[in-house]
Amino acid sequence: MNAFVIRRLLGAIPLLLGVSVLSFIFMQLAPGGPDTLLAKNGRMSQAQLEAIRHNLGLDEPVHVQLWKWITNLVQGDLGVSFSQQRPVRDVIFDVFPNTVYLMTVALTISLMVAVIFGIGAAVNQYGWFDNVTSFLAYFGLSMPVFWFGLMLQIMFAVKLGWLPSAGMRSATGGGTFDLIKHMILPALTLAIGSIGSWSRYLRSSTLEVLGQDYVRTARAKGLREQVVLIRHVLRNAMIPFLTVVAIDIPLYLTGAVVTETVFSWPGMGRLFFDSLTKRDYPVLMGILLLGAFLIVIGNLLADLLYALLDPRISLK
Amino acid sequence: MSTAETTLATVDRRSMQQVQTKPMSPWRIVWRRLKRSRIALVGTTVFGLVLLACLLAPVIAPYGKNDIDLFNITAPASTDHWLGTDPLGRDVVTRLLYGGQLSLLIGVGSAVIAVTIGILVGAVAGYYGGWTDSILMRFVDLMLAFPSIFLLLIVAAILDGITVANVIIFLAAFGWMWLARIIRGEFLSLKQREFVEAARMIGVPSRQIIMRHLLPNVTGPIIVALTLDIALYILAEATLSFLGFGVKPENPTWGNMLNEARTYALTRPLLVIAPGLTITLVVLAINFIGDGLRDAFDPTSGR
Repeated sequence: MNAFVIRRLLGAIPLLLGVSVLSFIFMQLAPGGPDTLLAKNGRMSQAQLEAIRHNLGLDEPVHVQLWKWITNLVQGDLGVSFSQQRPVRDVIFDVFPNTVYLMTVALTISLMVAVIFGIGAAVNQYGWFDNVTSFLAYFGLSMPVFWFGLMLQIMFAVKLGWLPSAGMRSATGGGTFDLIKHMILPALTLAIGSIGSWSRYLRSSTLEVLGQDYVRTARAKGLREQVVLIRHVLRNAMIPFLTVVAIDIPLYLTGAVVTETVFSWPGMGRLFFDSLTKRDYPVLMGILLLGAFLIVIGNLLADLLYALLDPRISLK
Repeated sequence: MSTAETTLATVDRRSMQQVQTKPMSPWRIVWRRLKRSRIALVGTTVFGLVLLACLLAPVIAPYGKNDIDLFNITAPASTDHWLGTDPLGRDVVTRLLYGGQLSLLIGVGSAVIAVTIGILVGAVAGYYGGWTDSILMRFVDLMLAFPSIFLLLIVAAILDGITVANVIIFLAAFGWMWLARIIRGEFLSLKQREFVEAARMIGVPSRQIIMRHLLPNVTGPIIVALTLDIALYILAEATLSFLGFGVKPENPTWGNMLNEARTYALTRPLLVIAPGLTITLVVLAINFIGDGLRDAFDPTSGR
């Protein structure tokens, strides 16, 4: 087991290195970086421009810059933000918790709904519950996420006036309840995509387990249906489901860009969008790398979960 | 005795004839199954109608693409303007029809390119194996490790002023990896089979083995991937344009219509509802077709 974990962990290192180098190359290829933006300013003299370039380390040869970028990265140093003149790490981690709150709530919502939809639909295949939830799942998968957010805003914030339309806290301040009220709509928006795909997935994996011999055996020996469902079916259907969830979690980060922009949620997605308009490449690269790391970790987690939960898989 | 013999003989001849009739071609089987799938039928009808309407936009659109009606700015729905007008006084129905041309072009175009790249990489990696396979698959791993929306947005922001061709190429460039993996896996197992060995033995060149013997065996996954990719790319275009990094608004797409409408979302909800609902309907239709196709190509489902 330990050897397996270590081998998988070691395997992720070259991948992460590749991701870092590619990000760097990407940043080098970018025309119209801070240079042009500063030059457009007009009020700046050539000497000032040189000084800024020197401060940002942009006047060094490429391979030196790459080496610095990698060695700094290993030490957790992502460079300095062009627009805020502070370390990228601080810029990102200032808003990171806000995104984590949102992701956690959204994840909880979609897990609960997906389990209810998926299992309910499978237990009564082609019944009304199956038809309704299948349609809803399809619908959720086919909607542009930001559009769903806009619709929620129009409906619940404007027409009904039940919930605030944007932001994270009221200007007048307010406690946890205020935060929860602000969180409902963006969390639902963030959750909608995975509700669709996860409930479809859980439905099919439950259907597969329901057809297994051990389920028939369990029923034949007279176990109550609830016991069969929870102890025999659910536990087995959850194995492939959880690995898919682990793989999909990083998607929440990309979904956050759209959701946080729609709802002006002060998190990483919004930071990414703002940095795009300001061409703050170090921040963009920092978020890109963080996203890539999450994806690699998610995949790793999925592999490990699968091996841990399913005793039929032998660990070589 | 003679009657019994003749009956037997006729029966025999009949069964002989049955054996000799040509077996159904795989395409016919798929087609027959697809016809029986209700959701695929609904999907095809909806998608077909929308496609037709968009292609006929110059004929059926009530106004010109950029015609401005200054007396009717952000007008509500009326008999003149069925879905109202946008902030510049342009007719929404007209914009939707023309927008569909570009949105669908981007969806189909990127899907075709992505699938082509996926087939090429997957086929080469799976057929040749060894080093080629290792290098190509590490590259696939690397590409998959990047959050593609982030990359797309960065590229779009860097270019500043993106053309339709740019959008198509970038969407495709970040979306071919899954199919490449699938094709590679299929090729790895297919190339061990006897018919491939036989072909190789009589001296069929590699390229022809790939084209004539291996690729036809993965038509199913390819067509399903193509369909679902179209849906995915229509959504991706919408997202990109909504964030303001897609096609510029003088050429309408469903996505940039939503971007322009956003500031009016609260006062004129119809401006947001119309393009969004159109996207949802079309993507839903394509997903239905894709799922119908997947079942139709699945050899384990009954005929």
